[in-house]
Amino acid sequence: MPKGIAVDKQGRLHHRSAMTDTNLLLTITVVVFFLLYLFAVFSLGGSFTKPQNFLNILNNNASLIVLSCGMSVVMITGGIDISVGAVTSLVCMTCAVNLEQHGGNMVTVILIGLGIGLAFGVVQGFLVAHLGIQPFIVSLAGMFFAKGMTTIVSKEPVRVTNEAFLAVKDTRITVPGLGAPNKLGQYIPAYVEVGVIVALLVVILLFCALRWTRLGRAFYAVGGNSQSANMLGINVRRTKFLAHVLCSLLAGLGGILYFLHVGSGDVANGAGDEMNAIASSIIGGTLLTGGVGNVIGTFFGVLSLNTIKRIVSSLGFDEAWWSNITVAAMLCLFLVIQSIVLLRKNTSKQ
Amino acid sequence: MQDGAVLEMRGICKYFPGVRALQDVDFTLRRGEIHALMGENGAGKSTLIKVLTGVYPKDGGEVRIEGVEGPAVIRSPQDAQNAGISTVYQEITLCPNLTVAENMYIGRTKGTVTNWKTMNSGADKILKSLGIPAGPRQQLGSCSIAVQQMVAIARAVDMECKVLILDEPTSSLDEQEVQKLFGLMRDLRAKGVGIIFVTHFLEQVYEVCDRITVLRDGQLVGEYVIEDLPRVKLVSKMLGKELDDMADIKGESGGEAVSQEGDPVLEARELCSSAGIKPFDFTIRKGEVNGFTGLLGSGRSECVRAIFGADHVTGGTVRMDGREVKIKKPIDAMKCGIGYLPEDRKGDGIVGDLSVRENIILALQVMKGFFRPFSRAQAEAFADEYIKLLEIKTASADTPIKSLSGGNQQKCILARWLLTDPKYLILDEPTRGIDIGTKIEIQKLVLKLAAEGKSVTFISSEIDEMLRTCSRLIVMRDRKAVGELGGEDLTQTKIMETIAGGDEQ
Amino acid sequence: MTPVKIPEPQVKQPKESLFKRLTRQQLFIPVAALILLVLFNLIADPSFFAVSIKENSLGNPVLSGNIISVLDNASELVILAIGMTLVTASSGGQDISVGATMAIAGSVILRMVCGGQVTADTMQMNLLLAVLIGVVVTALFGAFNGILVAYFKIQPMVATLIMYTAGRSIAAWINNNQLPIINDIGFKYAGTFLPGIPVPTPIFITIFVVLVFWLVLKFTNLGLYTQSVGINANSSRLNGLNPQVVKLLTYVILGVCVAVAGFIRVSRSGSINYSRIAENIEMDAILAVALGGNALSGGKFNIYGSILGAYVIQFLTTTLYKYDVPSTALPAYKAVVVILLVVLSAPVVREKLARMRKAPAKAAKEVS
Repeated sequence: MPKGIAVDKQGRLHHRSAMTDTNLLLTITVVVFFLLYLFAVFSLGGSFTKPQNFLNILNNNASLIVLSCGMSVVMITGGIDISVGAVTSLVCMTCAVNLEQHGGNMVTVILIGLGIGLAFGVVQGFLVAHLGIQPFIVSLAGMFFAKGMTTIVSKEPVRVTNEAFLAVKDTRITVPGLGAPNKLGQYIPAYVEVGVIVALLVVILLFCALRWTRLGRAFYAVGGNSQSANMLGINVRRTKFLAHVLCSLLAGLGGILYFLHVGSGDVANGAGDEMNAIASSIIGGTLLTGGVGNVIGTFFGVLSLNTIKRIVSSLGFDEAWWSNITVAAMLCLFLVIQSIVLLRKNTSKQ
Repeated sequence: MQDGAVLEMRGICKYFPGVRALQDVDFTLRRGEIHALMGENGAGKSTLIKVLTGVYPKDGGEVRIEGVEGPAVIRSPQDAQNAGISTVYQEITLCPNLTVAENMYIGRTKGTVTNWKTMNSGADKILKSLGIPAGPRQQLGSCSIAVQQMVAIARAVDMECKVLILDEPTSSLDEQEVQKLFGLMRDLRAKGVGIIFVTHFLEQVYEVCDRITVLRDGQLVGEYVIEDLPRVKLVSKMLGKELDDMADIKGESGGEAVSQEGDPVLEARELCSSAGIKPFDFTIRKGEVNGFTGLLGSGRSECVRAIFGADHVTGGTVRMDGREVKIKKPIDAMKCGIGYLPEDRKGDGIVGDLSVRENIILALQVMKGFFRPFSRAQAEAFADEYIKLLEIKTASADTPIKSLSGGNQQKCILARWLLTDPKYLILDEPTRGIDIGTKIEIQKLVLKLAAEGKSVTFISSEIDEMLRTCSRLIVMRDRKAVGELGGEDLTQTKIMETIAGGDEQ
Repeated sequence: MTPVKIPEPQVKQPKESLFKRLTRQQLFIPVAALILLVLFNLIADPSFFAVSIKENSLGNPVLSGNIISVLDNASELVILAIGMTLVTASSGGQDISVGATMAIAGSVILRMVCGGQVTADTMQMNLLLAVLIGVVVTALFGAFNGILVAYFKIQPMVATLIMYTAGRSIAAWINNNQLPIINDIGFKYAGTFLPGIPVPTPIFITIFVVLVFWLVLKFTNLGLYTQSVGINANSSRLNGLNPQVVKLLTYVILGVCVAVAGFIRVSRSGSINYSRIAENIEMDAILAVALGGNALSGGKFNIYGSILGAYVIQFLTTTLYKYDVPSTALPAYKAVVVILLVVLSAPVVREKLARMRKAPAKAAKEVS
């Protein structure tokens, strides 16, 4: 081999940015979110300048954050789980019925939520990992099943009147330092709900787990190339199985948070949340091909998605369809950006 | 177990649906030896290794490993790693989305928490000591294939292993890197590691190995000490017949003066493509066989890809039979009567799940057009004709091509292009990774095509193969054509000199 | 590495059992499922298969019965499944926006025939022209999906997620969120009955569409090209194909199928409900493809498997309705059936079953 090439190769290698795909996409997401929010603050002003407005995005989407994080994990391993929205709905309904008709309490609610999630996770994980059935089909069936079960549990909406539950639901945790005077000049401290704390904990824990634990790295390896991962000595089946269990478990937890936020069981709860979760993950820089992604990105994905929805509605397009169309447009934009960035990166390699 | 053996395999059997991949194979690896596993394509080398490393479950026989009581149970690559067997596979089995350091350590570290700092510094040390031009924090996918393969090797040798398996690790490495690898292998041998080395390059076997085990058709032919088995013997063992063919082919090409005066079929001026080659000129005459030579990565494949329009052509002119043509896409080239057998058989050549028949007619069918499909009978006639002509070994024309051996797949691709009756055929590494018997057949075919008045460009990593077939060579270096050799100059030494570029300085 | 073939004829394996040869067939699963469903209904209530002549709301004698209803109601699904099979084969992914784009097709066609009014008693535009406009519109949306998939290399499910999210909203927007109703009987011929013919028109439309695809697959290279591109796009390109164009083409074809299906759906009732029309049909269409033995990862396909799969799904739906399963709970039952089917067709499970059957035979052989 002539020396020229080796040097050339070496030189190019050392000059190229050492940024991994995951970090590159994460950076794009975070930058876009801040640009969006700054745009909203400066050009729309009004409610966007109030801290509570920002915190309300969190309050309304604690459940979605948790769902999306679970979705990201499955997507990192190269799978997908479209049952999460329906599982959320099933958890809400079951919890509501449990509280209202069977004298349940907070503990049973948590047990039911996590139990349902675990059950879905184990079954779906087994089918995907051990029987090799496509995750899309498996979770499609899971979604159908959860939807049907929800109506079997109760067709009518169930409002919860359990006091202990309502006490938790209405707990407001004030955020020190944030707050704004209301129209009367009274200082109103900004607050978050309990669910937000849980959601943030999930994000942080999951981030650490994905970054530093053996299982976390195995998720990435399996998503990058599952055959190679197998050859490298990773138990691919177990890894995929655990990813699905984790995702469904988080869907169960998301269901509890959703329930905690709305305080009722309804067939319409969590409808379309699987798509919101997938969209958030993608906007957050997770690739559906697997191996690339980050829950911090996903967190910002949820924020971006809901910020743009608010921007659009405060621009005066408040008919229901505009919200969907903007989400779609946003998704389209991000997909195209990702695609261009990654395609260019890959062609420059050759 | 025998004295000094680190690994013993006895009576290994492996069946795939309808085929016996391994039948009653024995294999013994001793401490501190480099043991070559040889055989043609389809002989069962890779299968044996995959059985040993737990990728495939075995259907019979037992494996014993030094220090393990009784037959070893290896059900997965993890088990193999734990038993002290580390492997570098022919294809790169690393994760492109992870960093170099992670790829070196993942799946073999204890504890649940990854310590990135120690991992990176450890990886850095190994990379530096092996002279691999990559940083530990770099994403693996951004490294060249050769570097990725070196990383895989670095991972394997860093493990505290008793047995190291190298399954054709050198096919993407250049000469220097191969030498580095051999140095490493010798060091490990001195430390008492047993190394199984699978390769198609005979020179490499005689350079580093101590012992050879030959397989043929899934069965053991024998185990030999290297001194007792000269090359010719080895080849005849692998083929299962005495070999005069090699001498034959030399005689043919040596005696025949290939026409230098024919009309140019294709003339390219200042051609360059997005793959980053410098503009080059190229001419080929009717009935001529010429070739691009140069080291891996020197741009020889990129040149022919540019001629065929496989990469985005960014400049230059092409004349076919004296008339200027525009070749922007492969279909343009095909319409001009050019055929191209790509370097990467699996990725660019075959259409795996389609049948042999569909693979053979594909190119001609595409040229014929979307609305004019061949009738079933016609397609079958074409396929049968070429299966017979090229002696393609396949159960039927309906067999998916991916279940054929490498050599037979390659013959199907050749058949595909021969069927289009091209004026000019480009063969990029048609003989890589296929057995010697088929190699010779392909070389003969090339000469026969030239004798029929077709022009052929032949690219091969093996210079003697090029010398046997080509009458003119274009030498590439650093993505640039640096010389053209023909006639008297066509000798091994002269080519080497030109490749190395010594006379320019 | 590929192992060598067994050279000697005497080692040829004994003739495979009928069971094994059957189960290896691609159509085994849908056929077996269909037979199971038929048997179940025969045993539980043979009257399921009764076909009678009843008068419809217009007083015309028409065929009625569960079988007719299966064939009739499966029409949209069959047509979608055909397009979905092609898309799956060429791009290795599925279009999850077909339900939403069906809403768009329906909305466009209704707007055209109603001439922008909310209710119309007669068609304001030639029906054929209106349908043609619907076809063009959904073909364009198909092209949009196709461009994202083929040229931007976005995974199909994700690319079509965009239209899945926006489609129904776009459909609503086309009619300013009003729900147009057409009372012209001529409009409903396609979704109900033609005068004097007792067989539902959608069955004829389906037969026509299947026939068209049969001809297309026979007289063009659509099949070879899509499979080749789906299996190995690189090789296909080097053989002169343009993988992007082929992929795009399959999405456009699916777009056309969607328009036909959407037209049948709106002409059944002459009205539209944007959020309910063709709800979850994308899931059924994908299921039909999978049930037909086609790999959802693309490559080789069998369009007739998908068609059969679509009928099996509709058969199942109708059977469940028959046994008074509430429509809202239907998905749960469907899911169980789906899981059973895919588990049985999973290669791992089939291998295990085959091994269980083989094991005793092998043991006997070894003894001898």
